[in-house]
Amino acid sequence: MSQERTLQGKVWTYGDNVDTDAIIPARYLNMSLPEELAEHCMEDIDASFAAGVVQGDIIVGGENFGCGSSREHAPLAIKGAGVSCVVAKSFARIFYRNAINTGLPILTCPKAVKDAQRGDELAVDLAAGTVTNSRTGKTFRTSPFPPFIMAIIDAGGLVPYTREKLQA
Amino acid sequence: MGHTLAEKIIAGHAVTEACVPDLYPGDLVEVNVDVVLSNDITAPIALREFEKLGVAKVFDPDKVVMVADHFVPNKDIKSAEQCAQIRRFAHEQNLPHHYDVGRMGIEHVLLPEQGLVLPGDLVVGADSHTCTYGALGAFATGMGSTDIAVAMATGQIWMRVPETMRFVYTGELQPWVGGKDLILHTIGRIGVSGALYRAMEFTGPVIDGLSMAGRFTMANMAIEAGAKAGLFAVDATTEAYVDGRSDRPFQAVASDPDAAFVTTIEIDVSALRPQVSFPHLPENARGVDDAGDVKVDQAVIGSCTNGRLEDLRVAAGILKGKTVASDVRCIILPGTQTVYLNALREGLIETFIEAGAVVSTPTCGPCLGGYMGVLAAGERAISTTNRNFRGRMGHTESEVYLAGPAVAAASAITGYITSPEEVTA
Repeated sequence: MSQERTLQGKVWTYGDNVDTDAIIPARYLNMSLPEELAEHCMEDIDASFAAGVVQGDIIVGGENFGCGSSREHAPLAIKGAGVSCVVAKSFARIFYRNAINTGLPILTCPKAVKDAQRGDELAVDLAAGTVTNSRTGKTFRTSPFPPFIMAIIDAGGLVPYTREKLQA
Repeated sequence: MGHTLAEKIIAGHAVTEACVPDLYPGDLVEVNVDVVLSNDITAPIALREFEKLGVAKVFDPDKVVMVADHFVPNKDIKSAEQCAQIRRFAHEQNLPHHYDVGRMGIEHVLLPEQGLVLPGDLVVGADSHTCTYGALGAFATGMGSTDIAVAMATGQIWMRVPETMRFVYTGELQPWVGGKDLILHTIGRIGVSGALYRAMEFTGPVIDGLSMAGRFTMANMAIEAGAKAGLFAVDATTEAYVDGRSDRPFQAVASDPDAAFVTTIEIDVSALRPQVSFPHLPENARGVDDAGDVKVDQAVIGSCTNGRLEDLRVAAGILKGKTVASDVRCIILPGTQTVYLNALREGLIETFIEAGAVVSTPTCGPCLGGYMGVLAAGERAISTTNRNFRGRMGHTESEVYLAGPAVAAASAITGYITSPEEVTA
């Protein structure tokens, strides 16, 4: 299953240092399926998220999004909730890898974060590295991924990418 | 230009040998790994992904380590299923380093103790505190389960060569101040994203005199500043620790004198007091004397951060002949079965029980609000663990204050956050 390169969705905004305990509390780590985890995604910082999120929505975070634990349950919960993309000022590095590896598109774009409000509509072009806000009409540019990262995203994550490599 | 410790270890493990002499920060490189670690909460996802790769066997059974430590002995049926899955996989793959109840320990105390990580190694683990092994002069970093699945299958992983921040600690450590206080203070200085994507290298005369336990504690919390690794050069202290634990040869690596550090931060520790990090971020560090009146309901002493014998000795030294306050639950978590046994033989366990503390088998349980010490709404814990995020140890309206074993033990006695001098004078 390959990844769409252009995404569009409604914005959920959060602040700096959204940690992985906030994204998916450790009490749910006895589960690992995205749809199970999605039911509890963000519940300790935003009780309205899990019930209100719809397919394609976009999370907008501040600095150091996804800090803390290495739990891959965090991007899986976000993906399971139907979120198409996370845009943040910066990402914690393990979360960054996990997101790419599990096929959750993420973009570092501080200016787009400052411009966005909860409920805005964003359009994201992964290959071009652009984020457009339909409310403000502004488009923000960020560095696109290097080719091998784009290849992982296109393949749908590190596992399908590696499987293709191993079979080649 | 010379190279940093991080650059050298990564270059020494690079798959493409042509680029070895010239690896610098920002380079993306594929590396061979010496150890691939996972645990009972991260392995189930890794095994699911491993299966999808269509590979029959792990790349090298000797290099794949699996430790059941987060929710064991199992807290519920779901966590029991996760451990059963790991057990089956370890059996099918003939993994010699699968550690189950009775042989296990908290992974980051266990692996160095068992001689599974040595200086110069490159280690990846599906646990953020994998950076603990930097204390041994190994390049060790946490990753997610999918990365670990690929590393288990291929023995290789991609990584970005990090910039290195050098920290130089000078001066004289005051009584009751140790590795935990140094790292909490350092995170307080640079913030929880102050070392994002970078390696931290800890140096200076204070570090030269620091025990291995203190170094493990510091390296353990490098991730709490966002770092990819927390590194120490190998010295006589490291070699004495490693001696006799493994037959595998190892390599002592150090940064070149002309290596390029992205920054150098000097910290004079002479006036440093025991530290406490206030809710809800590890960067909220302050001296214990500035804590004010903070009533605590629970004191947790142990974990991958402070669960070594030396840590338990410090706590027992304070609790000896004293009593835990009647409204405080004091929970002791020895890091491994060996730590537990040695603590028993030294009489530390007796001291804890006589003081009114409970002693658990090794587990990560309370640190992440799993079990064995979950907090109710409005409750506060003083804890020697590594994270105090909102809800980390239980209810979202509970609070965690991070400290070293001396402050945690002193606070258990009085029921308030307390400096060790107050109960030992």
